[in-house]
Amino acid sequence: MEIFGVPSALLGSQLLVGLINGSFYAVLSLGLAIIFGLLNIINFAHGAQYMMGAFIAWLALTKLNINYWVALIAAPVLVGLFGVILERTMLRKLYKLDHLYGLLLTFGLALIIEGIFRDQFGISGESYEVPEALAGGVNLGFMFLPIYRAWVIVASLTVCFGTWYMIEKTRLGAYLRAGTENSQIVQALGINVPLLITFTYGYGVALAAFAGVLAAPIFQVNPLMGSNLIIVVFAVVVIGGMGSILGSIVTGIGLGLIEGLTRVFYPEASAVVVFVIMVIVLLLRPAGLFGKAA
Amino acid sequence: MSTASQPTALIKTEVLYSGLFILGLIAPFAIYPTFLMKLFCFALFASAFNLLLGFAGLLSFGHAAFLGTAGYVCGLMVRDVGVTPEIGILAGTVCAGLLGWVFGILAIRRTGIYFAMITLALAQMVYFVVLQIKATGGEDGLQGVPRGHLFGLIDLSDNIAMYYLVYAVFSIGFFIIYRTIHSPFGQILKAIRENEPRAISLGYDVNKFKLMAFVISASLAGLAGATKTLIFQLASLSDVHWHTSGEVVLMTLLGGLGTILGPAVGSATIVTLQNELADKVGSWVTVIMGTIFVVCVLAFRRGIVGEIQALIQRAGIR
Repeated sequence: MEIFGVPSALLGSQLLVGLINGSFYAVLSLGLAIIFGLLNIINFAHGAQYMMGAFIAWLALTKLNINYWVALIAAPVLVGLFGVILERTMLRKLYKLDHLYGLLLTFGLALIIEGIFRDQFGISGESYEVPEALAGGVNLGFMFLPIYRAWVIVASLTVCFGTWYMIEKTRLGAYLRAGTENSQIVQALGINVPLLITFTYGYGVALAAFAGVLAAPIFQVNPLMGSNLIIVVFAVVVIGGMGSILGSIVTGIGLGLIEGLTRVFYPEASAVVVFVIMVIVLLLRPAGLFGKAA
Repeated sequence: MSTASQPTALIKTEVLYSGLFILGLIAPFAIYPTFLMKLFCFALFASAFNLLLGFAGLLSFGHAAFLGTAGYVCGLMVRDVGVTPEIGILAGTVCAGLLGWVFGILAIRRTGIYFAMITLALAQMVYFVVLQIKATGGEDGLQGVPRGHLFGLIDLSDNIAMYYLVYAVFSIGFFIIYRTIHSPFGQILKAIRENEPRAISLGYDVNKFKLMAFVISASLAGLAGATKTLIFQLASLSDVHWHTSGEVVLMTLLGGLGTILGPAVGSATIVTLQNELADKVGSWVTVIMGTIFVVCVLAFRRGIVGEIQALIQRAGIR
């Protein structure tokens, strides 16, 4: 079977890869957007924290024999706590300064984290076995679908929409949205805004680690796995604009699919297609697809 | 500052700069010239970057693209086309300027953090292009670039001759930056940095000024990159990598953001540190760089030169 002269199995598998990458873009850009909304900081360490999630899962399995399902919960919690410490000890001191200092601080933190992991584990990368319950695959007739990959998409989408629900429909989310609009007034109304900020940063970071654990069985667990991804995610965030939660999810997945399609029809351009789209969006709609004009 | 003390301050700066200039002339007889040349390249690179961040308030996280592109263009021109080194440097600089113009047009559509992210993403695109096209040699980089004869006359394979070329390039570049900062154009840039809406209301076409600053900064970064290719006779992939973009931010921050000598001092510190540490600590260099970054942001935002200036000012008031 062929579609546009391309075997359907190839098209299907690349679209699947695109969808998976898109899910990671969505989870990561969602975390960035939540953090940016309340803290006005772009978390450059997001990629490093994603990598930490993957490494914690790998270490837990190989050194402590802790399985995938426990790691899927424990790694985000641990990395989230690490984020909470960073926020309390360092980021907190920068809120009154130019927002660029937050970017620079988290960039420095990313270098430190990556450097330590590179020193400990080298750059060759470690592999993580797909958990038994999700091994194997289904033949859909036109293509072969590995179950783990389907699980990654389902899990990321569940977390994305769960986060959206929490922010849009719950009381905590209402505080968060109010804090994003005007944190001073929210504080005057008796809500503990500093605590809310700490929680938000921890949650955003935990999302990154969650994506990292999901990614561990698919990609090599490698100290540099985050830094290459995060720059693409920055482009995704520029394209989507950080104003809207659903916007980040949709943009992330859409761009993953476009990247997958590019890999089928013009593989040489697949590494740059997201950046090219960013350029086009900047020319046509400078504020981003879902952004409010600055 | 009172009007009476202004002329003396001016004379002091002149003495300082002349002293530093003479020091640069005799330095290669005391210190290993190749190390000095590397240092001057990064000093020019960081000063060019500082023109943008320190004086126009624009954080470009993609300056490696200009350094690297100019390096590759210069290398290709000298090695494969066979032009003389000064033409190679010129070609590299012009290309970096043009690339800066393209980056600038796109990036100034957004401000603040978005500006930084856009420049980073565009630079990453340049990185992938350099990695994939054949002419640049992919992962191996561009090797075996001859230094050639300056104006077809002076043999640059002699390290001392090469040093004086690099020193001349640095001095010219630094003078351009100095003049830019102290011109009415530089004052308008500062006005935009301090209060953009007010600059607009005063009738300045803010985007035009930002774009101009971006092009000047990119060209000078390119000048540094093209010269660097001639020194080391190669252009490598790491020159276009985002690590290099981050490094130049660190150099500027450590030396003193928005000070004239700061970036040079900062790059001298970082280059020396890297040279000293490379064999001893291996991959911990990244950790140390990151730590300096964190310390600078948290506790040392004025940088080395900024702190010294503040000390002098405090002493002057007393």
